[in-house]
Formats: sequence, structure tokens, C-alpha cells
Amino acid sequence: MKTVLYEEVLPPGGMWSMRVRRHRRLVLTTLAPGGNVSALIYNHEQPLDRLNLPDTLKALHTAKLHTGHVLMSDMGRALASVTADSTGWHDPLGGCIDAGLVAEKFGTLDYQSARNDFHRNARDNFLVELAKHGLGERDIVANINFFSKVVVDDAGRMQLDRAAAPEGASVELRAEMDILVVLANCPHPMHPPGDCPRVPVRVELSDGAPPEAGDFCRNFRPECARAMALTERFYL
Amino acid sequence: MSTLIYTESALRPENAIYRKVIPSGEGWIHRVEPGQFLRIVDLEGNQAADTFFFHADDVTERYSAQDTIREQGAIYLTTGTRLVSNRRRPMLTITADTCGRHDTLGGACAAESNMVRYSLDKRFMHNCRDTFLLEMARSGHPVTKRDLTHNINFFMNVPVTPEGGLKFDDGVSNPGKYVEMRAEMPVLCLISNCPQLNNPCNAYNPTPIEVIVWEAA
Repeated sequence: MKTVLYEEVLPPGGMWSMRVRRHRRLVLTTLAPGGNVSALIYNHEQPLDRLNLPDTLKALHTAKLHTGHVLMSDMGRALASVTADSTGWHDPLGGCIDAGLVAEKFGTLDYQSARNDFHRNARDNFLVELAKHGLGERDIVANINFFSKVVVDDAGRMQLDRAAAPEGASVELRAEMDILVVLANCPHPMHPPGDCPRVPVRVELSDGAPPEAGDFCRNFRPECARAMALTERFYL
Repeated sequence: MSTLIYTESALRPENAIYRKVIPSGEGWIHRVEPGQFLRIVDLEGNQAADTFFFHADDVTERYSAQDTIREQGAIYLTTGTRLVSNRRRPMLTITADTCGRHDTLGGACAAESNMVRYSLDKRFMHNCRDTFLLEMARSGHPVTKRDLTHNINFFMNVPVTPEGGLKFDDGVSNPGKYVEMRAEMPVLCLISNCPQLNNPCNAYNPTPIEVIVWEAA
């Protein structure tokens, strides 16, 4: 049984950050089709220790993220594990959308005319949210796009599969250390031009337990177990 | 694997303004001015050259792998690729490439990632990140670990499968293969000539590379 500690809905375009304590669980759920949540993760105590997607991908031999995967820092530590997900594919390649791309694809919609429905973008959201923690542009590393699927063909060409995120898509992370999670509920940067997708996303924080010896993520690959061991060493 | 395109450069080493051989396990940091050409030569073949670029006058602007691959719609770097910054501006353009494919997904080796990938006792082996950290510390430039993100692995072959798998294939490089690029802004180039011995990225035999710079055309 889990106890939900807190719940909130991220509106379209919304930004969010929070310290998530070790072993607590964070669940994101899309409340309409076509969701995308751009995400960054840092060691809360020592933010220079942060999500490193190249290290994560090469350790896991993957170009997509899903259940079983351990998200690793550039210090070889497990930051969080993907303990459950409904879609099986989260994008680590596409990056985050910026103001220029939003304007090119969806047009400009400023606060003066649209109030809080104005067009925001993930990169500016990251800058704002990170600044609240004393962090900035230099701390924006390669991000994850939850719920988005980018397929690479044999020639290396990338394509966004827009059918990959139905309403109700969810992903659950277990923090393996105290982490800072920064989210931007903004369109994927490869989304085609047209109407700007507007998908509310529910954020739910609940309690959890340390991963046991037989934990699925710990045993997903030997690299996952070693990253967890390095996090456990950090807490000695 | 798709067909690789090879393009040669007309620039001749004897006309260069700068040449330096970088042994494996060593680093290099150098300013390249707009319009200048930078060539990296894989002297003996199958050698990974782990490379970062920063705007030379504002290092907060730096090479962005995700922006670069997304803007060109493809994950491999080769002739015609514009290396794009985190502010989505072109930093350099690849103008010649006799290797045909370079990686920017695999990142650089580090003591800690070697521990994760191979075993916890690999901590004390030499690695690219240690080279980067030392080069940055000695350089006098305002760059630190905070500025290290996704790098380029010139001469490395890291294919992605349509199913989302990541493979570390044998290199597609050979002795004398090179990649050449033109700077579109003043850039600081930071290279670690990779000392990795745990996988085939250097064919288990790290060897020297050469860097060559020409004046703007």
C-alpha cells in the first residue's frame, strides 16, 4: 500500500520543481492524449552531480527509457529508477523546446493577450525553475522527454511517433537519493507545426521503501546494481 | 548500416597555421576563430577523440548534442552537420569527413561511469573526464565540471536500432581518416584523446591524433 503525500495538476505550459526524498515515488499521469513532460534531475545535496543521459544510455545499451531503467548521474550514481510506466518508451534524444521553436511551430501568444494560457517553452521554464535553486543555464544538461517516442531508423534519421502517448499514460519514478526534479509541461521540440498541444499532467508524490536485493530495477542489468551501490556509498 | 558519404578537403597541412599531435590519454584546449578550419586526424585508426566546444567569449553557450541532432533530424554527425549550441546557434560546420560517421550520444568515459559499466574496481583507470577536468583547471578559461555535458566522439560508431537499442560497433575509422570543420563563432575546443581500454572504441589500443588549424579561407 502506498500513501499519497501530495498531488497537483501541472497545467499545459507549466513548470514545477521539488525535492523528492530518497525512496519516495513520483508518478506523472497525462490527462489528455499527446502529452510530453521535459525533465531534469539533480542530486539535491550536491547539484553538480546530475542526470547524465549519455552515461545512462550507454550503461543500459538503450536509446529509450522505460521500466527497469536506472537514471544515472555523471558520478555514476542512481538518481532515480523507473519503477513503472505504461508506454515503454520515453525519449532521451530530442531535447527541450525553446521560445524560437514554439513561435515557429505554434505562433506567438503572449501574456498580454492570453493571460496564463500564453505560450511557454521548456527551456525558459527550466531557466526560471532552476534559478529558484541557485542554478542556471550552465546546469541545463540533456533532458528526458517523458511520454514521447523518438524512433531512429537505420540511416540515423529521427522521427517523433505522436501516437505513443494516449490519455492516462503514466510513469513512476522511485528516488534513489534525495533529488531535485525539474519539470516543464511543454510540447516535444519535434512536434509538428499547427495547434499547440495542451495536456494537463497530474503529479503525485507518495511514500516508498528502499529497493530490496531482489528489486526489479536493481537487477535489470548489472550496471543498475552498480549505480545503486554507488548511491548507497554516497550515504555511508 | 546506411551508406557512408566521404568528403575530402582541399586544405593542405603544409599551409596550416597550427599543428599538434595529441598522444592518447592527453588533452588539448585551443581557441579557434570564426572562419578558421579545424581538422582532427585519426593518425593510426579507430581512435576516439572526445570533444567539447564552448563559445570562446561566453562559455555558458556550448555545444548541445540534443539540439544538434534534432535540428538536422539525424543522430550521426558528418559533412554538412552544423554543430549547434544550447542557444540553437551554429558553432561550427563539418566541411569534410573521410570517416563518414561520428557519435554524439555515447558521452565521454569517466572514472565513475567506468565503475558502473565494467566493475567498481575500474575507478583508478585513466579516463576522458579526468583529462577534461585537468585541462580546464590548467587553462585559465572559466570552464569547470559544471560545463561538461554531452560531447562529440569523433571517429566513434554508436548505432541506434529502430527498436531503441544502442550498440557500440567497431569503429568505421582507419589510419589517416579525418574530420574537418569551419568555426562559425569564436570557439574554445576541448579534446580528450580517449584512453579507454575497457571497450573497442579505441580498438583496445589508444593511439595519437593530430589537430590542424588553417586560417579563414
